Amino acid sequence: MSAPAGTYTRTAIALHWIAAILIVCNLALGISMINFALSPLKIRLYGWHKWIGITVFLTAAVRILWRFAHPAPSPVAMPAWQRSAARATHAALYVLMFAIPLSGWVYSSATGVSVIYLGLFPLPDLVGKDKVLAGVLWAAHATLNFILFVLVIVHVGAALRHQYVERDDTLRRMLPFARRNPAQVIR
Amino acid sequence: MKILHPFVPSLAVMLLAASAGAGAQGVLIDRSEIRFVAKQTGGSVEGRFRKWKANVDFRPQDPAKSKAVFEIELASIDLASEETEVEARRPAWFDTAKFPVATFESTTVRGTGGDRYQIDGRLSMKGVTRDVSIPVALRKDAGGNSVAEGEFKVKRLDFRIGEGMWADTSTVADEVAIRVRMVLPPVQ
Repeated sequence: MSAPAGTYTRTAIALHWIAAILIVCNLALGISMINFALSPLKIRLYGWHKWIGITVFLTAAVRILWRFAHPAPSPVAMPAWQRSAARATHAALYVLMFAIPLSGWVYSSATGVSVIYLGLFPLPDLVGKDKVLAGVLWAAHATLNFILFVLVIVHVGAALRHQYVERDDTLRRMLPFARRNPAQVIR
Repeated sequence: MKILHPFVPSLAVMLLAASAGAGAQGVLIDRSEIRFVAKQTGGSVEGRFRKWKANVDFRPQDPAKSKAVFEIELASIDLASEETEVEARRPAWFDTAKFPVATFESTTVRGTGGDRYQIDGRLSMKGVTRDVSIPVALRKDAGGNSVAEGEFKVKRLDFRIGEGMWADTSTVADEVAIRVRMVLPPVQ
């Protein structure tokens, strides 16, 4: 499906919001589950956390491929520094969508837990069981997530500012059900 | 003469084995291992026991006269994390305060063709004893040692391992695979 100039394709919009929901849920799940006492529920939550993370990774891979075939619309008019900041933030978000699930997967391998995606597809262990390495990888996973958390706030804040302060329809072109600005659709 | 050697492997183990009479073999503990794999939601967990003793008298020419006895110190469990190791020692799991040791004692050893053998025996854990059957493959490594590898499955609930809320097998599966690798130096 090709989109009119100035808008994202329906597929790109769907992928963006699927990733957004999964990332926010998995951040919340990850932060809360580590404080639970060990129980069957905790083990199930860890399992789901890993499955969601791998799904984010796969979604990001599909998005990258889709984006090459269907380039994102050119940004609305804004100061050069804002454009650079937006590019850098988007690039970092893509990198993190790969790096965070990977760091979690390697961490899981280092703790001796092999991931079976959705309980169906066994993923290979990326490293052998190693408690010292596991500690380092946990710290890496947590740090990357902290960076993600900050960038998500920047990303959402910038989108809201563009939509409601600059009123330049930046947010609207990524909304799934919003009526597009007719001028943009015709163009 | 039989050897029941100490937990800490050392050169003395090999010397003892070398000086032992025909048939008695000291297991090279630091090259041998007792591992297990348990399935849980989202993945499979691998662990091992750090401390165990073995008394193996393996006679490939006369398997019926072979014998294997193992004693596993359950508190020496090596798992994913400190948290899971502490949990595994608790009463709901191994209850290592009350049942510190698991034992296996062979009853029958027989050849099943080529370098394959079957070791039948009794496995005792947490006050429960069950018959188990371990298929073992034997090979020689570059150093002339005999390497015996076997895998068998046990149902953890048969031994009351993982009681109460943990008895739910949809989170941690009932079946656990146990993998044993024993390295025996050449004798005589």
